[in-house]
Amino acid sequence: MTGAAVETRGLRRAFGALVAVAGLDLTVRRGEVFGLLGPNGSGKTTTIRMLCGLLAPSAGTATVVGHDVVREPEAVKRAIGYMSQKFGLYDDLTVAENLDFYASVYGLRGAARAARVAELLDGLGLAARAGQLAGTLSGGWKQRLALACATAHRPRLLFLDEPTAGVDPAARRRFWAAIRALAAEGTTVLVTTHYMDEAARCDRLAFMARGALIAVGTSAEITAQFGLPTVEDVFVHLQETEAVGA
Amino acid sequence: MSVASGPLARLRASAFWPMLRKEFVQMRRDRLTLGMMVVLPALQLALFGYAIRTEVRHLPTVVLDESRTQQSRALVEALAESGTFDVTRAAASRADVAAAIGAGEARAAIVVPPDYARALKRGRPARVQVLVDAAEPSGSSAAIAAAAQVGAAHGAELAAERAGRPAAWTLDVRVRPWYNPGLRSAVYIAPGLVGVLLSLTMLLIMSMAIVRERERGTLEQLIVTPIGKGSLMLGKVAPFVVVGYVQMSVVLLLGRLLFGVPARGSLPLLYALTFGFILANLGLGLLVSTLARTQAQAMQVGFFFLLPNILLSGFMFPREAMPAAARWVGLALPLTYYLRVLRGVLLRGVGLASLWREAVVLLVFAVAILAVSVRRFSKTLD
Ligand SMILES: Nc1ncnc2c1ncn2[C@@H]1O[C@H](COP(=O)(O)OP(=O)(O)OP(=O)(O)O)[C@@H](O)[C@H]1O
Ligand SMILES: [Mg+2]
Repeated sequence: MTGAAVETRGLRRAFGALVAVAGLDLTVRRGEVFGLLGPNGSGKTTTIRMLCGLLAPSAGTATVVGHDVVREPEAVKRAIGYMSQKFGLYDDLTVAENLDFYASVYGLRGAARAARVAELLDGLGLAARAGQLAGTLSGGWKQRLALACATAHRPRLLFLDEPTAGVDPAARRRFWAAIRALAAEGTTVLVTTHYMDEAARCDRLAFMARGALIAVGTSAEITAQFGLPTVEDVFVHLQETEAVGA
Repeated sequence: MSVASGPLARLRASAFWPMLRKEFVQMRRDRLTLGMMVVLPALQLALFGYAIRTEVRHLPTVVLDESRTQQSRALVEALAESGTFDVTRAAASRADVAAAIGAGEARAAIVVPPDYARALKRGRPARVQVLVDAAEPSGSSAAIAAAAQVGAAHGAELAAERAGRPAAWTLDVRVRPWYNPGLRSAVYIAPGLVGVLLSLTMLLIMSMAIVRERERGTLEQLIVTPIGKGSLMLGKVAPFVVVGYVQMSVVLLLGRLLFGVPARGSLPLLYALTFGFILANLGLGLLVSTLARTQAQAMQVGFFFLLPNILLSGFMFPREAMPAAARWVGLALPLTYYLRVLRGVLLRGVGLASLWREAVVLLVFAVAILAVSVRRFSKTLD
C-alpha cells in the first residue's frame, strides 16, 4: 500500500454550536512518530476519535491507512491500535485476562494468541503482574497494559492519546522506549502529549489551537518558524496569543 | 488472517466467545451485584406476599340463612371460626344482602339456600354462596381463600360423618366476588410476580451493563476494535439469560414454599417458554442502552416501563375489564403473553397445545427487539 498513513482534508467536527475541530488538513507519513500538541480543549482527542471511526466528522474527509473513516470504519479498526486518554480497560479483569481478551477480539486464536500474549507480557515487563487486577495497578503499569492491548494485533498505525499523563519520569522513559521500538518495526505512531521532552522525541510535530492546525514540522523547523529557542517556548507563545485572541 | 471459512469456522472464530467469557469472569467477580440480582427479587416476593396475606381478617359479614337447619348453622359457624368473617347480623332477604354490601355495612355475605340440608341428605352437591365485596382485591382474595378452605374442610368433615356412603356429594361453597369478576388471589398473583420481576430486572441489568461500560470508558476501547456489533451485544446478553433463569427458579421455589404456588403443568415446558420472554426483555434493555446516556437515565426508563407492565399486562387487574385502548397497549407487552404462560402452566396445568400462540409471540418479540437494538447500536461515541 502506498500513500500517507493519515490524510485529512477539511476535517471538521462540531458539538452543537461548539466547533471542536475546524477544517483540519493533516498528513501523517508512514513509519513516523507524529506528535500532536495543543492546549486543553484544542481538539486533539476529537481529531483522533474521528480518525479511529469513533466520531463521525461533521464535514471533510479522512483517510487512515488507505481507508475512508466514514465509508470503511471496520477496515480502519482492523488496521489501527488506539489507546484512549482515559484508561479504558477492565478494572475487574487481571492484566493477563485483559490482554487475552483484546488479543482474541482482534482475531488471534489458540497457540498464536497464547504466544502473542506471552510476548507482550514479557516485552513490557508485565509478566510478574499477569495475575493482578488491572484496577489495582499504578498509573505507569496501567499505561503499559493499555499499550500492550492496543498493539496485540500488531497494528500498522497506533493512536496514543496522552499515553503518559500522570506517569513518573522513569516510567515515561520506558514507555517511550517501547514507542520507539514499535516505530523501529515500522509502526506509524500518532501521539498527543503535554510534555515538551516527549515532543522532542517525535519525528514531526503539529500544533493545534481552537481546533485548527497552526504549525507543522520537525521541532527544529517549528522553533525556527517562530524564532524561539525551544518547542516549549513556542507552545507558551501560542497559548498566550490564543488567550489574547479569545 | 482469514484462513477460516465456512459458517462453522466463522462461528468458532467469532468475537462472541471472548466477549462471553469476559462477561462471565466479570460477573463472577462482582458478587454483590450477582447476589442482589437473586436476593432482591426473593425479598420482593416475600414482601409482596406478606402484604397480600396479612391484612384481611374479620370482614363484617351478613348471613342469609334460608335453610334454617342445624346443618346450615354448623356451616356458618365454621366460616366464622376461620377468623375471616365476623358475622354482624342476619339478613332478611337477598335485597337486604345487596343493600348491606352496597352501603359498605358488610364486606361479605354468606347465603345458604333453602335446600341446603335437603341436598346434603340426598347426597347432592350442596351449594352455598359467599358474596364478597371485591372492590378491594386484597381483602376479597383472602375471603375467597378462607371460604374455599372452610368449604373443603367442612365438606370433608360431613363426608367422614357419613362414611360408607358414596362420596358423590360435596359441599360446594360458591364464591361470587362482586364488582371485580376476575378476582386475583395470592396464589394467582405470585406466578405473575415471576414475570414482573424478570422483566424489570432483565431490562435494568442489561441496559445498565452497557451504559456502565460507556460511562467507564471501556466501551470506547472496545468499539475501536473490529468486534462485530452482534458479537458484542449477544456476548453481553447471554450471561444474563442464565441470571434470569436462576432468578426465576428462586422466585418459583419461594412462591411454592411461602404461598403454596402449585406447578400443575410441565416445568421443562415453562422453562423453555421462558427463554423468549427473557430474551425479549434483555433486548428491551439493549434498546434502552442505545437511548440512555447515563445509568441514572437507564434506571428511570426501566421504572417507567415497570408501570404499564404491572397495570396493563393483566398482572394486577384483569385485562377483560380494561378499556379497549388499555387492552391494545397491553398487547404490546411481552409480559401479557408470558403471564398466560405462567398461569397456564403453573395453575391450570395446560401444555404447549394451548400455549403455542404465546410461545410464538414471545419468540417473535425476542427476535424483533434484539434485531432492532443491534441495528440501532452504533460503534461510535455519538
Ligand atoms: N462529546 C462532546 N460533546 C460536547 N463537546 C465536546 C465533546 N467532546 C469534546 N467536546 C469539546 O470539544 C473541544 C475539544 O475537546 P478535545 O477533547 O478534543 O480537546 P483536547 O485537545 O483533547 O483536550 P485535552 O488536552 O484536555 O485532552 C472541547 O471544548 C470539548 O469541551
Ligand atoms: Mg484530549
